[in-house]
Amino acid sequence: MDIGYGGYFLLEPFKIVTGMVAPIDRVNVDTDQIVPKQFLKLTQRTGYGQYLFYDWRYDSQGNPRNEFVLNQPRYHGSKVLLARANFGSGSSREHAVWAILDYGFRVVIAPSFSDIFYNNCLQNGVLPVSLSYEKVESLFRKVYSVDGYYLTVNLEEQSITGPEIELIPFDIEPFPRKKLLEGLDEVAWTLQHETHITEYETRRWDSDQVLPVSHGRNKKEQMSASDQF
Amino acid sequence: MTVRIDQRRNGYTLITKSLELDLMPQTLFEKIWDSHLVCEEEEGPTLLYVDRHLVHEVTSPQAFDGLRLSGRTVRRPDLTFATMDHNIPTEDRYLPIQDSISAEQMEALRRNCNEFGITLFDLLSSYQGIVHVIGPELGLTLPGQMIVCGDSHTSTHGAFGSLAFGIGTSEVEHVLATQCIWQRRPMNFAIEVTGKRQIGVTAKDVILSIIREIGTAGASGTVLEYRGESIRKMSMEERMTICNMSIEAGARAGIIAPDNTTFRYVSGRRFSPKGKDFDYMVDRCKELSSDPGARFDRMVTMDSSKITPQVTWGTNPGMVTDVTGTIPSPEDFSDAESMNAVKNALEYMNLQPGTLITEVKIDRVFIGSCTNARIEDLDAASRIIRGKRVAPGVSAMVVPGSKAVKVEAERRSLDLVFKEAGFEWRESGCSMCLGMNPDVLQPGERCASTSNRNFEGRQGRGGRTHLVSPLMAAAAAINGHFVDVREWI
Ligand code: SF4
Repeated sequence: MDIGYGGYFLLEPFKIVTGMVAPIDRVNVDTDQIVPKQFLKLTQRTGYGQYLFYDWRYDSQGNPRNEFVLNQPRYHGSKVLLARANFGSGSSREHAVWAILDYGFRVVIAPSFSDIFYNNCLQNGVLPVSLSYEKVESLFRKVYSVDGYYLTVNLEEQSITGPEIELIPFDIEPFPRKKLLEGLDEVAWTLQHETHITEYETRRWDSDQVLPVSHGRNKKEQMSASDQF
Repeated sequence: MTVRIDQRRNGYTLITKSLELDLMPQTLFEKIWDSHLVCEEEEGPTLLYVDRHLVHEVTSPQAFDGLRLSGRTVRRPDLTFATMDHNIPTEDRYLPIQDSISAEQMEALRRNCNEFGITLFDLLSSYQGIVHVIGPELGLTLPGQMIVCGDSHTSTHGAFGSLAFGIGTSEVEHVLATQCIWQRRPMNFAIEVTGKRQIGVTAKDVILSIIREIGTAGASGTVLEYRGESIRKMSMEERMTICNMSIEAGARAGIIAPDNTTFRYVSGRRFSPKGKDFDYMVDRCKELSSDPGARFDRMVTMDSSKITPQVTWGTNPGMVTDVTGTIPSPEDFSDAESMNAVKNALEYMNLQPGTLITEVKIDRVFIGSCTNARIEDLDAASRIIRGKRVAPGVSAMVVPGSKAVKVEAERRSLDLVFKEAGFEWRESGCSMCLGMNPDVLQPGERCASTSNRNFEGRQGRGGRTHLVSPLMAAAAAINGHFVDVREWI
């Protein structure tokens, strides 16, 4: 799978994903839990799946904890992560999303997400879906009661379907939706606005029209990058 | 005060503004947002121009790699500044780095800054420090700016009346390449802090009680504007502590209108405007506050005279109580989710419901982090411990927020006060705030920490963190357990 190497590989477009659901039954799961910091020292974007929920998945000797969801055979191979409110709070580390993706998840469903985490998902072709508390609760019940419970998430139609449930519609803003559907590279997209950016820069330094004066009135007065520190 | 002239170009709306005409009253955040607006997608996010992009070693290597792979370059190296803070050692800086992977990350940052012409405050630079401490210190952070950094506590810079967002690594790459960032427009949330704080109650206690009040997701999707007499009386250091923890309430950013306190702080710093440019900045920044009648989506008022020193007992910053309080019980909560969360937290923290906070014993004390490691914080903590000794069995350390803070503290001989009391005195960096360097808690150790996150394992696997103010941390170090610092002053 090509994952978001912004600008070079496009993201894998997201249209329909069908897959098993793994439940993480805790509120306020923060990114320190999703990927503990000792694994942030790599300099690539791949290979984080093995560290996903590390401290919950393994004991201090590095042995799997059988009681943890991802270690239970019935959840192996899941593509949809079902979670509780305020998922992904805390640190802005994108490694959290890289780990979720690398592990094999393409969708995260929760009543709410932290803002930075939500953005990071979109940057990497992971679809964050927020549903009402009741809907999420009913999905949790299904996942616990039915072995191998799976869902189909259709981004084009903005719907979730699965055995024994009514179709669940979900909201997503048009721009992120388009981005995911087409696997758009955001930098390339933005560079189409090059004239606007240049215009803004000119306006900024050539007139007093725009607040603020952030680096002197004159572009030339800025420090040069070659200053030594 | 804005007039929007829509100029349709290629289907996108370009918005220009005129400051002369007053129409709709605006909030402080809206003014900064509008003045950085490059263009807007129909029904979509807004492209904003970035004045300052701050970069550190942990969230940037993949972004630079992405640039290289796509053959792109850094659009404005002159507006991009880098430092090393997250995983660097805080002991002797001249020794080789023990952890080879950390060393590689630091080396990668050097290479990247060199290749792309970015100013780097390297390990041995006298300007090195935690990115959110050095930005303000060097005058890189100025009122009215749009600031981003690949770190959630970028909200700190909002203390200057700038709009400052934490971003992920893909966004870091995007800002490097375009100097712009797409953002969905957040909502406005005003927090009015009134009254006069009691002696011994700090800005940290104020922000912890705000988070306690509104919850760790209480400000999701909003920019928090802190206002009111209590905020106006705060020093810049105190305002930074407040804005720093906005993210712990789920906010996108925190912001405080600039005033004379702000301008005095900014004046004369290494990169701040000088002479007539400075006057011009001050003049323009007079417009930088929320207009009377500006609309807020939500407002909350806090009376700071009622706030007591706060101590967290759980595994997120909203799980916090008064120093005079007790550890809560899951039964105190009504919904199943909270009961479960409290149960998990107490289990992890190894605490019994009903225990007095002041009976909780600690093993370690950490005074540091971008929340509370500025000179004022160290100064305040040193007054508590002067002439006393750290309790037997407790190990305590001070990690200044920046090289400059360290030098200033040493000039005031604060290092001696700490060392004589039995504290370790370290080099600047993030250190045990997140334990990416060798400074970590051992499993089961309990720490009074001036940092901002008490998540499970944050300071080391199995480590138990209690967030407190520098005063409370210092007093706990001397006593070996939490005490009400108001009785100590
Ligand atoms: S001190 Fe802590 S919170 Fe602040 S930037 Fe460093 S790691 Fe992040």
